[in-house]
Amino acid sequence: MTNRERDAQDEPFVIGRLRHLGRLTLNVFGKLGRGAFFLFWTLLGSREVLTRPGLLIVQLHSVGVLSVLLIAISGLFVGMVLALQGYTVLSDYGAEQTLGYMVAASLVRELGPVVSALLFAGRAGSALAAEIGLMKATEQLSGMEMMAVDPIKRIIAPRFFAGFLSMPLLAALFSTVGIIGGYLIGVDMLGVDEGAFWSRMQAGIDFDEDIVNGVIKSVVFGFVVTWIALFEGYDAVATAEGVSRATTRTVVHSAFAILALDFVLTALMFGDF
Amino acid sequence: MRPTKTVELLVGLFVAAGVLALFFLAMRASNLAEFGGGEGYRLIARFENSGGLKIRSPVTIAGVRVGRVRSISIDNETFQSVVEMVINHSTITLPADTSASIYTEGLLGEQFVSLEPGGEEEYLKDGDEIELTQSAIVLEELIGQFLFSKAEETPDD
Repeated sequence: MTNRERDAQDEPFVIGRLRHLGRLTLNVFGKLGRGAFFLFWTLLGSREVLTRPGLLIVQLHSVGVLSVLLIAISGLFVGMVLALQGYTVLSDYGAEQTLGYMVAASLVRELGPVVSALLFAGRAGSALAAEIGLMKATEQLSGMEMMAVDPIKRIIAPRFFAGFLSMPLLAALFSTVGIIGGYLIGVDMLGVDEGAFWSRMQAGIDFDEDIVNGVIKSVVFGFVVTWIALFEGYDAVATAEGVSRATTRTVVHSAFAILALDFVLTALMFGDF
Repeated sequence: MRPTKTVELLVGLFVAAGVLALFFLAMRASNLAEFGGGEGYRLIARFENSGGLKIRSPVTIAGVRVGRVRSISIDNETFQSVVEMVINHSTITLPADTSASIYTEGLLGEQFVSLEPGGEEEYLKDGDEIELTQSAIVLEELIGQFLFSKAEETPDD
């Protein structure tokens, strides 16, 4: 039995809990600090991305292009479900003409940015975390440092910007495909008047208030999700288990961050105060 | 890592599709398209009661939408509702004796300002006030008046 274990056995239960709590707090804040520094160095490394656009394009492919199919199919189904559900409620009040507005407003304001960010965290975020974590576990990152190549500039920064740029485009695709899905169900299947579907949508959706705010949301989500994913990978314990934990944490923390930030942003943008 | 031609092409297509989607949202799904044709001009109207009128409610002439309500405030002295609206098309000129009324679209629809042009030679300019106004019809008041007049009609025995 080591000294420390003996101490732990002798001390009262409360002290043990307190010590545990203290370590937890220190860990959380330490990680937050490391994360902030990590973000700072990544942003500083952005110059490297501008001088080597090739690095960015390769990452835009693996982060953005490969997510398109998932985003488009999900968007289509979300739009179709919105139209079906909205129709059953709206037709009770004889207001099925506003179906287009309802579908477009929910997609552009909320579901487009949020659901595509959640999918993005699952599809691209986990892949980024696993990739970086494995690079660390197999000492590729230290190898690069040995060769005087800064892994933050060479590996992290291009991925960060790729995620940050892809997210608004993916969210816009999601909303667009969703509106088309809502149109297919609402107009072609349920028989809502086509003219009313589009004109109510155009009358209700404001460019500055709805679309620009939706894009701002998705930019923020893209920033946060990519940051979390890259940092979790970079900060992972260099073992197989560490990489698996980093991947899990990426998805869980991203989901929390997206939903919490969405509330804050919505309150700021659409709250009347 | 150098991107291959295929990767470059796919990324190009991705960016184009994303921008196109944004363009679709802006032009097809939102009201951006209706802001063509100049800045337009402002008009002010005072109502006894602006009812359920909201910011961005439509302003119409003969049923055609020509502008939107920009702000609604209260005049502290007369306790009237001051409605500021923007006419989007500067080519539309309105005679000085134009009147403004607040109507409801359908039975339960949203409320809007309807402008009825008069016959005067002079025209309203930016910032002018519409003098002739008719307030929103408040359903409760209407029902109250109806009940009141019904009660008067019935002879009490």
